[in-house]
Amino acid sequence: MADGERGDYAIETRGLNLWYGDFQALYDVDLEVKRGIITSMIGPSGCGKTTLLRTCNRIIERLGYVRTTGSVSILGHDIFADDVELVQVRKRIGMVFQRPNPLPISIRDNVLFGFRLHEARLRKVSAVEEDEILESSLRQVLLWDTVKDRLDKSATGLSLEEQQKLCIARLLPVKPEVLLMDEPCSALDPAGTEAVEELIWKLRGDYTILIVTHNMAQARRASDECVFMLLGRIIEHGRTDEVFLNPENSETADYIEGRYG
Amino acid sequence: MDPRDAMDRRDLAWYVDRVAQALVFVGGISAIIFILGIFVFVTKEGLDFVLGSLNLGEFFTSIAWRPTSNNPTYGALALMVGTASVTGFAMLFSVPLSLGAALYIGEFATGKTREALKILVEMLAAIPSVVWGFVGMSIMNPLIIETFDVPVGLGVLNAGLILGLMAAPIMTTIAEDALKAVPDTYREAAEALGATRWEVILKVVIPASKNGLLAAVLLGVGRGFGETMAVLMASGHAINLPTSPFDSVRALTATIAAELGDTVYGSSHYGALFTLGIFLFLVTFIVNLTADVVVRGIRKK
Repeated sequence: MADGERGDYAIETRGLNLWYGDFQALYDVDLEVKRGIITSMIGPSGCGKTTLLRTCNRIIERLGYVRTTGSVSILGHDIFADDVELVQVRKRIGMVFQRPNPLPISIRDNVLFGFRLHEARLRKVSAVEEDEILESSLRQVLLWDTVKDRLDKSATGLSLEEQQKLCIARLLPVKPEVLLMDEPCSALDPAGTEAVEELIWKLRGDYTILIVTHNMAQARRASDECVFMLLGRIIEHGRTDEVFLNPENSETADYIEGRYG
Repeated sequence: MDPRDAMDRRDLAWYVDRVAQALVFVGGISAIIFILGIFVFVTKEGLDFVLGSLNLGEFFTSIAWRPTSNNPTYGALALMVGTASVTGFAMLFSVPLSLGAALYIGEFATGKTREALKILVEMLAAIPSVVWGFVGMSIMNPLIIETFDVPVGLGVLNAGLILGLMAAPIMTTIAEDALKAVPDTYREAAEALGATRWEVILKVVIPASKNGLLAAVLLGVGRGFGETMAVLMASGHAINLPTSPFDSVRALTATIAAELGDTVYGSSHYGALFTLGIFLFLVTFIVNLTADVVVRGIRKK
């Protein structure tokens, strides 16, 4: 994928339709996500925002009964093209899930999991280099001081907030450009939510972040642009303050004023 | 006051509850009673011989199993080696086969293929062991003679293959359960990080389910030790320390099955066969207990 980053957008979908079996979940979605900013996706349950997010790294296809038409380009590359390797796509796109899902291995191995996967294919990595990467990744997610004395303990023993930070930390050594986040704070308590939100804001600029959230206050505080979805369609997409203050569409207004949700 | 409101009234539901509880209790502890009963019985029948005329050194080191000679000797080494070699050979071929089958059913197959395979594997477990023995004698035997150009096809190879096929269903089923117990979120996390299907299996699924997989193998080993009829029919039933896979051997279980009917109750031959039984019981008990402890190990985590 070294042939120039020709896309203007980090993520660009054109006429994207998606079916789960016979049920159509996305209708003709055209989405353009700008580089380097945080874009949030809001909308009532079942509106397709998680589906759209999970289509961006094709993890949705794990289900097996999913069919799509249209195109999704990540950094200018059509990820449905025949000559695109899924492994390479996913190397460029990190994903954070709704429930923290650290692997049942040590904190160290969790952080280095993706790195070892991709780098070990190419060259031999020294232990010193691994330690440096481990420390810098954990520092970036503000977790180093908490876990530096128990790096070889199991990651499943951490609190949910720490686990979610760890799940973000393990993406960084792979050097992704896009981070997809699926309600990353929904399993956390208010303090944890605040800490993780703060972290996401800190990563802004270095990464293009697309975040699905149920929490309107969170979308408002923590995103530059906002996408409102309803029944599998994008209803509105604009700067977050515009969308919240002067929604163009009456359905958007109804939703953010809490008339349905 | 209405008598139906009396605080000490016991209606039909109360009696049904009591009876049901008692029945379930009997059902529950009967397993313990039976296993203790079997252990006590086997030990009682063999103990006199073990404490009296048995030469333990001879039992474990000699291959001379001559219970009907005028000067009987009870060396069980060849029988132990026979059982161990057949089981070992069976595992050598059955473990990769079963784990492969479990991985395919659990991780790759979907929908109808998966259901069909699961049912077929379970049907394989339902084939009576004498039928397996028949397969060993009348199909495998000539096949081995022809393929490898050996005089006899009944031996370690034949019994091992048959036993391997017999142990495969239980190992596959237990191993697949272990794989299924690995939360899907682990696979999803690894795949989203760019792991291939095989990397997910190798680096996430197998490490996360290794206790269950080990338990599956141990249960297969237990099955191998205990199997009688098929081994009796396919092993050649000759007392022998095998030096090649084509050598005939005799298993502990097969010896008991073949000889017990001809012994005089209470004779030393009878006692010697029960001693083999005690030995088998202890070995399978230890193997199964290990498997159980290992499985409990995963649940706790």
